[in-house]
Amino acid sequence: MSTITDPPEGSFRLSMLINDTRYRSLTFQAIAALVLALSIWYLGNNLIQNLRAAGLNISYTFLGSPAGYDINQTLIEYDSQSSHSRAAIVGVLNTLLVAFLACVTATFFGVLAGVLRLSKNWLVSKLMAIYVEIFRNIPVLIWIIIIFTIMTAVMPAPRAFRGETPEASMLFNAFAVTNRGVYIPAPIWGPGSMVVVLTFIASVIGIFGYRRYATKTLYATGRLLPTFWPSLALFFVPTILVYFIMGRPIGLDYPVLGGFNFSGGIQLGAPLIALWFALSIYTGAFIAENVRAGIQAVSKGQSEAAGALGLRPGRIMSLVVLPQALRVIIPPLISQYLNITKNSSLAIAVGYADVTATLGGITLNQTGRAIECVLLLMLFYLTISLTISAVMNVYNNSVKLKER
Amino acid sequence: MTDTSQSVAFVRTETIPEMPPPAAETGALKWMRENLFATIPNAILTLVSLYVIVSILSGVLPWIFNGVWSASSLAECREILDGATGACFAVIKERWPQLIFGLSYPASEYWRPGLAFVLLFFAAAPVMFFDLPRKMLIITLFYPFVAYWLLWGGTVLSPILAFVGFAVGYLVYQRFVAGSFAAGFFGGVVAAIIVWSVGGPLIPESANENAMLMPVASRDMGGFMLNMMLGVTCVSLSVPIGIVLALGRQSSMPLIKFVCVIFIEFIRGVPLITLLFVASVMLAYFFPPESTVDLFLRVVIMITMFSAAYIAEVIRGGLAALPKGQYEAADSLGLDYAQAMRLIILPQALKISIPGIVNIAVGLFKDTVLVSVISMFDILGFIRGPLLSSTEWNGVYWEVLGFAALLFFVTCFGISQYSQWLERRLATDHR
Repeated sequence: MSTITDPPEGSFRLSMLINDTRYRSLTFQAIAALVLALSIWYLGNNLIQNLRAAGLNISYTFLGSPAGYDINQTLIEYDSQSSHSRAAIVGVLNTLLVAFLACVTATFFGVLAGVLRLSKNWLVSKLMAIYVEIFRNIPVLIWIIIIFTIMTAVMPAPRAFRGETPEASMLFNAFAVTNRGVYIPAPIWGPGSMVVVLTFIASVIGIFGYRRYATKTLYATGRLLPTFWPSLALFFVPTILVYFIMGRPIGLDYPVLGGFNFSGGIQLGAPLIALWFALSIYTGAFIAENVRAGIQAVSKGQSEAAGALGLRPGRIMSLVVLPQALRVIIPPLISQYLNITKNSSLAIAVGYADVTATLGGITLNQTGRAIECVLLLMLFYLTISLTISAVMNVYNNSVKLKER
Repeated sequence: MTDTSQSVAFVRTETIPEMPPPAAETGALKWMRENLFATIPNAILTLVSLYVIVSILSGVLPWIFNGVWSASSLAECREILDGATGACFAVIKERWPQLIFGLSYPASEYWRPGLAFVLLFFAAAPVMFFDLPRKMLIITLFYPFVAYWLLWGGTVLSPILAFVGFAVGYLVYQRFVAGSFAAGFFGGVVAAIIVWSVGGPLIPESANENAMLMPVASRDMGGFMLNMMLGVTCVSLSVPIGIVLALGRQSSMPLIKFVCVIFIEFIRGVPLITLLFVASVMLAYFFPPESTVDLFLRVVIMITMFSAAYIAEVIRGGLAALPKGQYEAADSLGLDYAQAMRLIILPQALKISIPGIVNIAVGLFKDTVLVSVISMFDILGFIRGPLLSSTEWNGVYWEVLGFAALLFFVTCFGISQYSQWLERRLATDHR
């Protein structure tokens, strides 16, 4: 800002509103507030007039009336007599489901590709570079549609699994990939399965406890306890033991070909698979770049210094390089998760019943409540992204370099 | 020292020629040993990748090379192939004008978007490559009006009027900017609006009917051309808006800051598709009842808002990356806010943000295919709608989807290579 000179006391002139830095920002804000209010009034007035002309009003009562349409993939009970709000909740859960699945697999693909791209193996690193470039430079909607087409037009129909010499066969007699979706075994929770699950959770907690204990021992006495094998044993042994002691309470319901289609098991519809897989490999390409940048951001001196201290390569990676790389990787990784959640709204293009397709698609078209539906839709996505940003800020503050 | 030649039986007086290095230490073999088979896991990785490459190529290559290039329908393609694997590229050969220009753009006028596309390179070149003569910026200056006239056709008077409005606005700005930036800017805006509102009614109603170029309605535009139009228009409109938003977010005035933060966070928090829903079903309610704003313009408004919010965040990063001394130096020179921003801060901040802006532009260009969801016939909408439901080409997926993917890949990959070149070019720190 320009220099402030002492103005003569007590004489307020109108020109000071513009020329005096003490008042100028107030003037500008007043003008801005006026312009803002005027434009809101103008838009609101137009809205009211248009709504009146079309004989509409703003009301959310339609949410309680029966939806009247079916959704083929639901996580909670739903039928065509359920209300529009129930349909919206089904959509919300479906959005969260596909976003969660895609986040997990995208991280897997991304970390794998990012690490392999830095591999010393020329062929592998070039192959990964090609993967990243191809998937980053083609719109995700095209990928979703390509994979959806593969699922529906190329995969065998259920009847191809029939007969003495079927054209298609199930994987391990448990997984069937058909043009109606993928069938996987469903778990059956028998009596006593709760004990098995609780044992599993307890042993996972036990692993963390043991690792903390090992670190504490290391710091206190300098004695290095083995962690890998005990953790592995703790992970599997108690659960499997309890599983057999309880008389194998958890079974699997395998999909079986009956009539024209498979029955039993869990059906993952082609839209879900297409959306899940396309979002994973597309976002995986972006995550691969983040991972690569994160690892490269750790200067070589760090790993050399760790080597000079006598650390083994595995410990250099886990104790020196990774903690520093993660500081760089995690913030963009979380914004990629946010992108997955937002891109999952493309479900509408392949007919997966996420919240955009139920609330913003069928409900909107049936009730004609465009403004209400779109506002609710935006509210949902806004809540999700603000929550994720809040989590990210907390994380960023916790890993911030502590400077004095 | 004794004379060695007498006490030693034999000493070689000349060096023997160098032996060739061992076979495993030279040339291709060494390279392969180091880069492909250095360790056992590495060798396994190499073999796995080779297997992947071979299996992909053995599937794709026969399909491409067996491709049928001339047929009038998928059935005819299959007849020619006679059971062999092969693509049916005939669909691209027969339908490419529609894939590029959309279903209903008049075929006799295809040269117009073509010319606009070629001119785009001349207009973009001086902006993208600073070494070119500055005089080429004149092309950039005229390009929006020429391109509008070429694409939409109709009377030449409206683009001329638009240009005159901008020219008058600029002259007024030049006249007053020495006094204060605000006076120059708002004077320019007012002058331009006066020119447009006075000149608008002067254009005769009948001007469109006997115009040199046949008028084409926005709804007739489609195909890849629509993606290009949306991408180019929205990116170029959103850069100035993004700058204003970024400055507003940095502002010390709480009200301005609050409005900008709310706008940016709101837009960034919702998916583009909901904004497109707004454009298609909701935005019309906010215009005056008698006005008819066509879908193309509504979509442009929403996409521009969308990309402006993202560009604002990139520019904010650039502003934050500048050392505080730059702001203080500008203040100590006695520059006011507008001068400091225009002359000191923004040139540096924008330079830092250019790669980020280009990334946003690539992302935005890819996102333009989303308009197919609100039933605009861009390249994907055309493929999924009229093309795949036509009787001749029902069932041709890979050829057309691959064609669309290829167009996007070439464009986006090209822009990202440019961005990397620019980053190296702009790096002024001496490393």
